[in-house]
Amino acid sequence: MTTTQHHHAPITTPEVGGIGHNVRRIEDDRFIQGAGNYLDDIVLPRMLHMVLVRSPLAHATINSIDTSAAEALDGVVAVVTGEMLAGYNLAWMPTLSGDTQAVLATDKVRFQGQEVAAVIATDPYVARDGAELVMVDYEPLDAIVNPMQGLEPDAPIIRDDLEDKADNVAYEWEAGDAGATAEAFATADRVVTIETHYPRSHPSPLETCGVVADVSPVTGQATIYMTSQAPHAHRTVFALVAGLPEHNIRIISPDVGGGFGNKVPVYPGYVVATAASLVLGAPVKWVETRTENLISTGFARDYYMKGELAVTAEGKILGLRVDMVSDQGAFYADAQPTKTRAGLFHIVTGSYDYPAAHVTTKGVYTNKAPGGVAYRCSFRVTEASFLIERLVQNAAYELGMDPAEFRKRNFIQPDQFPYHSPTGFVYDSGDYETALDMAMDMIGYEKLRAEQARARAEGRLMGIGIASFTEVVGAGPSGEYDILGLKMFDSAELRVHPTGKAILKLGVKTQGQGHETTFAQIVAEELGIPATDVKVVHGDTDNTPYGLGTYASRSTPTAGAATSMVSRKLRSKAREIAAHLLEASPEDLEWEVGAFHVRGSPESSVTIQEVAFAAYTNHPPGMEAGLEGVHYYDPPNMTYPFGSYIVVVDLDSGTGEWKVRRMVAVDDCGVRINPMIVDGQIHGGLAEGFAMSNMQWITFDEAGNCIGSNFMDYLVPTAWETPRFELGETVTPSPHHPIGAKGVGESATVGSPAAYVNAVIDALAHIGVRNIDMPVLPDRVWQAIRDHAE
Amino acid sequence: MYPRAFDYVAPETKQEVLDILAERGGEVKVLAGGQSLIPMMKLRFASPGTLVDINRLSGLDSIDIQNGHLRVQALARHSDVVRSDVVAAENDAMASAAPWIADPLVRNLGTLCGSVAHHDPEGDWASVMLACDAEVVAESRDGGERVIPIAGFLVDMFTTSLQPTELVTEVRVPRYRRGGGNYQKLERKIGDYATVGVATHLELDDAGSISNAGIALTSVYAHNLKVTDAEQALVGNAPSVELFAEAARIAAAACDPTSDVRGSAEYKRDVVRVFTERGLTASLAAAQG
Amino acid sequence: MEITISVNGTDNTVDVEPRMLLVDVLRTRLGLTGTHIGCDTTSCGVCTVLLDGTPVKSCTLFAVQADGRAVKTVEGLKQNGDLHPIQAAFKEAHGLQCGYCTPAMMLVGSVLIEENPDPSEDDIRWAISGNLCRCTGYINIVKAIRLAAETVAASS
Repeated sequence: MTTTQHHHAPITTPEVGGIGHNVRRIEDDRFIQGAGNYLDDIVLPRMLHMVLVRSPLAHATINSIDTSAAEALDGVVAVVTGEMLAGYNLAWMPTLSGDTQAVLATDKVRFQGQEVAAVIATDPYVARDGAELVMVDYEPLDAIVNPMQGLEPDAPIIRDDLEDKADNVAYEWEAGDAGATAEAFATADRVVTIETHYPRSHPSPLETCGVVADVSPVTGQATIYMTSQAPHAHRTVFALVAGLPEHNIRIISPDVGGGFGNKVPVYPGYVVATAASLVLGAPVKWVETRTENLISTGFARDYYMKGELAVTAEGKILGLRVDMVSDQGAFYADAQPTKTRAGLFHIVTGSYDYPAAHVTTKGVYTNKAPGGVAYRCSFRVTEASFLIERLVQNAAYELGMDPAEFRKRNFIQPDQFPYHSPTGFVYDSGDYETALDMAMDMIGYEKLRAEQARARAEGRLMGIGIASFTEVVGAGPSGEYDILGLKMFDSAELRVHPTGKAILKLGVKTQGQGHETTFAQIVAEELGIPATDVKVVHGDTDNTPYGLGTYASRSTPTAGAATSMVSRKLRSKAREIAAHLLEASPEDLEWEVGAFHVRGSPESSVTIQEVAFAAYTNHPPGMEAGLEGVHYYDPPNMTYPFGSYIVVVDLDSGTGEWKVRRMVAVDDCGVRINPMIVDGQIHGGLAEGFAMSNMQWITFDEAGNCIGSNFMDYLVPTAWETPRFELGETVTPSPHHPIGAKGVGESATVGSPAAYVNAVIDALAHIGVRNIDMPVLPDRVWQAIRDHAE
Repeated sequence: MYPRAFDYVAPETKQEVLDILAERGGEVKVLAGGQSLIPMMKLRFASPGTLVDINRLSGLDSIDIQNGHLRVQALARHSDVVRSDVVAAENDAMASAAPWIADPLVRNLGTLCGSVAHHDPEGDWASVMLACDAEVVAESRDGGERVIPIAGFLVDMFTTSLQPTELVTEVRVPRYRRGGGNYQKLERKIGDYATVGVATHLELDDAGSISNAGIALTSVYAHNLKVTDAEQALVGNAPSVELFAEAARIAAAACDPTSDVRGSAEYKRDVVRVFTERGLTASLAAAQG
Repeated sequence: MEITISVNGTDNTVDVEPRMLLVDVLRTRLGLTGTHIGCDTTSCGVCTVLLDGTPVKSCTLFAVQADGRAVKTVEGLKQNGDLHPIQAAFKEAHGLQCGYCTPAMMLVGSVLIEENPDPSEDDIRWAISGNLCRCTGYINIVKAIRLAAETVAASS
């Protein structure tokens, strides 16, 4: 595996471990010793266990629920139904998209796996026994299993709970300029079209979702341990849903075993457990099974996309038109900014410079699980990147051009930044051709093309696929971005203690990204305090500043910036204290990482640790004591990571199987705080991109039964199938971020699916194959070969 | 995730096991590796009243040569088959299939005999055994030992001719003088059931003609399917590309796959053809090697 | 049923229902929460423990089956108070992110390098193919196991 060298030499020593150092992760010590503290590890005195009863049907009226047999079972403490919750006004709750969602169904079930009742018992095995004894009488209704069905004029109305709802449309949204786009298409030599379904997927972190709700009947204090990527936002939602005073709610998100967007929404189980704890006066634990996780919690994607690219005969793009229908499931529960109903999909214009684009989208209710989370993706950027990268590849084939050359003819050039895209984004910085050239060099592109020509002559199938993606992450500027009205800033609070050790508190929350190390490194960079002397606290709403949480690659762009800014605030104060100690004026002091000295006399200096001690023991008269501050960072713009990926596949024409021979990924996420961690994030994203392109999807039969409800059917690749990745990097700093970082958690999931699929299509392009929907399963490849056989 | 309650016994001797089976056979499930049974119990698809755990029996975990057969006893794990020098030396089809059973962790507990007795039509071992003309040895308290040819043992999906009072003690395959075998498996990932599996076995006479042939299919019929017509087409002939193609066509015609998320029936049928050709070619190479 | 399981070298006697899975006994009766649960279908391997030295899925084994046998969990990996080389290697090579699959991966890795002191990349990938990871793309897990093998080789 090749990893090119980091471009900027660190300014701190390895002992300090600031930006650019591969500081080994501080949090690892507990994980490698089995001492992580995940949700299911939490045990409270008198704790009860909850199991949910779920609908086996996708669409049905509930005639009755008989809980008597379950209640009679020894060890069962209570059985909760929607009717009981309605008494507390808790049968329905708001979603993150402003729709409502049933907590426990009262009238109908609208997807297979919907929550119908909850059994609470002294032991989880008994709770499961009790769940089996809850008798629900259903009257089956026809199920709508795809959005096109839902749009038919005589389709049953799924959301008849909504007043005056006369169709199944959840939302309609558009971006760009229809008129300008029509003009572009009118002048085009060719129009290249692709219709493809980005299938329903699921983040399925290895730890499922869960809650331990502990509401004190004495004080009313609700301590809710929860698998949460956004604890502060969740506390606010709980205050709104349950009517509990917000200061009496404490959300604690312990170690989280992967999130990938799955742990952004609030799920019915959380609400039921909390209500049950309130009523029963005892802590209640609920932990999903894997099947529950896959059939009921936040899915992702499920977009039916039609894209058209207007091009000239010379290979210039003139415009892009996209029309989409998204399958929202039974409740519109997407996690995304309020103003942009299809998330940030309008980044679909990609890495290319052209004047016109128009995107229309219609979201449709179906009898499937709700969710629409950004699965390792900044709100639909994955779908967008996939579509444009598939389109440019096909455009190259239609024009008889090399796909790399076609991209280069259309890239936004370095001198065009900040670049105003036709759908309204302002790209901060980029150098796309350099990244593509690096990837082509690493993989030996020309040689591979020559090999491919020979292979075709021999009847052997191999393909080379490229994706040159641009992401938009770091939501976001408060003028444009909010969730349920909460502006998408984020925060950091920093205190340096008398002995020079610091504590940093964040509004964001790691799920494995390494915040306890990376954010400590930002403090190390700014203040010269060794990263290992900085404790990072997060995931506890009582002990951290307010923030919107970790998803959409936003932690570094927002909370990372806040950490820089609060560190700089402390450095300003430290300068005043240092001046006091050195009996000099603050302007005469120079800062070199970790110490101030008097300009011209380097021997006259104080370290940051000495300054910290003085802040509590000898601070200047008239100054507030202490070395502490908080910063709420409202980003001026989004950040725009990019990269070029190239995949080589070999294809077995007998079985349709394809194997990745090589996968080269050149990423540019701006300045890399901890290159080792950045590489790890990219590895993970490339693997998930491979999964989606190759095997991982959720589908449904005609009755709305979920196919993909466990890990035997919902396929997560093992080490054996997962390709071996080769990484390269370029560094184009973000001009508006305090340390030039852009965010990287999702680049590889966003960029890589198109690269894999393009490689398979490339292997078959010479026989005329232009599309195979994801996942590119062996039988689909086999069928495509059949369909294009001479 | 949580099975229903059951009674559990773990006898130390085979006689005790046979006694329990004789007395309460119908409500008892034998627990060997448990890697198919326990997952079904966790999902509450299976709820035996009593589990008889045979893992405490001694002398029942050998893989060895006995009376002209390669014998795999009831407590030999898949991983034992993978590691067995005897298997590597004696039977190519088994050696070829063993690494592709389930995943490494499941292989450490699951057993070949249990897999055959479970008779999941997506199970790999039953096809290998059909191709190799294996025999199942079962014992009961009142009936003593019974040797059942594999084709008679596998009745239908999840159904065998094993009596409730009987315990499978071993599965054995005849030794061969000059031959080779193979197992082709299309799986979507490690741990997956076969989308299509094809077991092949060839024996050659001194002239190099095919004296015995076995072909059996996984996941493309209601049960593991031995394709006798294809086998007969091979026997007595000199191996050739054309002959293998003909056998492959017969195998493809004989199977009856269903269309599902793993692929269309037409696709699976064609993969049977492709795999039968590949498997026979590999078997021949092994026989001649 | 009363059973006695040796866990990480210490005998533990517990009274359990036969239906209780080993993973639940380890986690809820013995408080050893380093062994995790990730699926219901014997597919993910995050519950892996060593049973008499062999890696098995503790979610697909009743605790009563382990009566009288020896179980090793991540909590028992340390040797004389020091990190096992596989633990040190996972940190050094960034072989973990969320940490949820890590105990299982380390246990499998520790057995592999005992049986095969010089494993190739294929050997390692094959050995861990019963264990899912959702974060790392396996690249650094493979590196970590390889590094642990090298560490052991260098020290012996």
